[in-house]
Amino acid sequence: MQPTAVKNSVSSWLLALPLVAVLALFLILPILMIFAVSFWTADEFTFRPDFQFGNYTYLFGSKVAWSVFFLTFRFAALVWFLTLVIGFTVAYFLAFHVRTLKWQMALFLLTTIPFWTSNIIRMISWIPLLGINGLANQALMGMGIISEPLDWLLYSGFSVCLAFVHLYTLFMVVPIFNTMMRIDKSLIEAARDAGASGFQILTNIIIPLTTPGIMIGSIFVVALVMSDFVTVRFMSGSQIANVGRLISNDVGLLQYPSAAATSVVLLVTVLLTIGIMLRFVDIRKEL
Amino acid sequence: MTKFTHRNGLSRRTLLKGAAATIGAAGATTLGAPMIWAQEIKDVVLRQAGTGVSAFNEVAAKVKEDLGFTLEMTALDSDAVTQRAATQPDSYDIADIEYWICKKVWPTGNLQAMDVSKIANYDMISGIFRSGKLTPDSVIAQGTAPHTVGFVEGPGSTTFTNDSSGWMTLIPTIYNADTLGIRPDLIGRPIESWSELLNPEFAGKASILDISSIGIMDMAMVCEAMGEITYGDKGNMTTDEIDKTIAIFTEAKQNGQFRAFWKSFDESVNLMASGEVVIQSMWSPAITAVRAQGIPCVYQPLKEGYRSWGGGIGLSAGLSGLPLDAAYEYINWYLSGWVGGFLMRQGYYSAVPETSKLFMSEDEWGFWFEGKAAMGDIVSPQGQVIEKAGAVRDGGSYLDRMGKVACWNSVMDENQYMVRKWNEFIAA
Repeated sequence: MQPTAVKNSVSSWLLALPLVAVLALFLILPILMIFAVSFWTADEFTFRPDFQFGNYTYLFGSKVAWSVFFLTFRFAALVWFLTLVIGFTVAYFLAFHVRTLKWQMALFLLTTIPFWTSNIIRMISWIPLLGINGLANQALMGMGIISEPLDWLLYSGFSVCLAFVHLYTLFMVVPIFNTMMRIDKSLIEAARDAGASGFQILTNIIIPLTTPGIMIGSIFVVALVMSDFVTVRFMSGSQIANVGRLISNDVGLLQYPSAAATSVVLLVTVLLTIGIMLRFVDIRKEL
Repeated sequence: MTKFTHRNGLSRRTLLKGAAATIGAAGATTLGAPMIWAQEIKDVVLRQAGTGVSAFNEVAAKVKEDLGFTLEMTALDSDAVTQRAATQPDSYDIADIEYWICKKVWPTGNLQAMDVSKIANYDMISGIFRSGKLTPDSVIAQGTAPHTVGFVEGPGSTTFTNDSSGWMTLIPTIYNADTLGIRPDLIGRPIESWSELLNPEFAGKASILDISSIGIMDMAMVCEAMGEITYGDKGNMTTDEIDKTIAIFTEAKQNGQFRAFWKSFDESVNLMASGEVVIQSMWSPAITAVRAQGIPCVYQPLKEGYRSWGGGIGLSAGLSGLPLDAAYEYINWYLSGWVGGFLMRQGYYSAVPETSKLFMSEDEWGFWFEGKAAMGDIVSPQGQVIEKAGAVRDGGSYLDRMGKVACWNSVMDENQYMVRKWNEFIAA
């Protein structure tokens, strides 16, 4: 090896070292600890080192756990689809319909305004709106569309999904908008000159070129929805449980080993899901 | 502020002495209470961790004013308090917990027994917390009745015993008899039994609290009232009884009986005030909060009786020296009446009702304790008018309400099994 190459490789290792150290300390180590604790045993208040698979066998043997994992996936899929459709449409409008950069940026900033308040506030403010005597029901009844208040508007799967979509659509808009802005406008002009219809331009040029943005947004949304517990708790009136709530219940009752086991399974599930998504698009190549 | 305390430390102590003397005249004595005259008392900080139910800023402010030291309060939910009391004994000096939590936490050795001879008003503490009997002919209810976990054999002991030992686990501070809350305007007929919670008439309009140890007791009251299950002891169910109870409620849940479950006080208030729910498990001050919004809400006495709970303050095992003396001062002050009056005015009961009377008007005492019709406006400690003249407390007097306790909040031998089943119920 050439002396300069050795020098370069040493200096790049040194440059990477701080980041490696930080990640090892604050990411790898905690995950390893969670993994280790998942084999421990617990009684009512104490838990002690052990190596047994009881936490996992209970989890995999529990019908409730299976249905909760299934429900978590269902929420993730539904919210992913809705945020994608809405997020893509908004980004498309901003990138291709709004002509001037000034307006594009102004409208883009406008979409971020809700993010100036906290997650919880944005979620809880739906409650008075959707209740039996809430604004939505009053308006619908006032207009004569319904005669009885709709009770599925709140404390239901619907309200949970609504809150998720409201909370997380921006995570789709931002990366998709970002990739759309980088599409060379002359490509679209060329396509139009070559006789492509608007729909063909969309499917043959815009969608393929925005896939990295779509993927980044999808990873955000899927990871956020699958790990959430607070939205599900408040918007379902505690009536629906997802994996996050299983974990938080366990933690609340000092069952750390069981919570750790559930976390490990959830982590693996989310990583697999994202891994599958990345099989379709190589984000690094596309970027 | 610090300067102020420093200069007035002594005179405030003198004031307290005056207050103590007044109470002494009313029948109690300050016998054995440690008198701390030292200036250092103002530097003492006692950290109290407890359930939100008695964590009032007013109390901390009054402690500073009357006793001179600082009380830092942390309010957590029941599960979190239990966890902290059991696993982080260094994170608190005073644990403000319920008796069923005491049963769980005491065996960890994180709390120290208290010498009743240092408690000035010990002899005036309600019989519920000493012999277990409110009146000599009372029947003791099922569940974790406070007196069963109220005493241990001596310092360092983990064996619960009766009140003859003279070593108390918790000093009782606050308790009440709970029942279902209803919206009479939306129901329009009398409600007399716990079984109404699962009446299909209220499908989609009922709620129950999502705190397993309390919720399971409400469930048991309902199942027993329906005649579905006869329990050996509701407070200590067998796995079979737990299965049956949860099965009945799971079926009701799947049939859409419940609008929501609530976990915190404000959630229960909002559910009731918005009309989402017309019948639900509820706590007394939540009823007051709904009524304060001008919405009719009744804490409905039911023929099967009340589900009762009691809380008290326990001392961390690590507490010693001056902070320990300060903690005893705090306990004696707690039982000397001001806090009692403050709590009684929100619908709770004080462990030493007689001293609380000194800090309440005759009308307030009549309304809250004796179950008499209010003569004038009844005002909350925060100054809100909560009842007009002529109103009578739901359930009547202290003896009527506390005399009809069917069970106490509990922790069961099969607790872990129950919790698992409870989680399945929530996820079902």
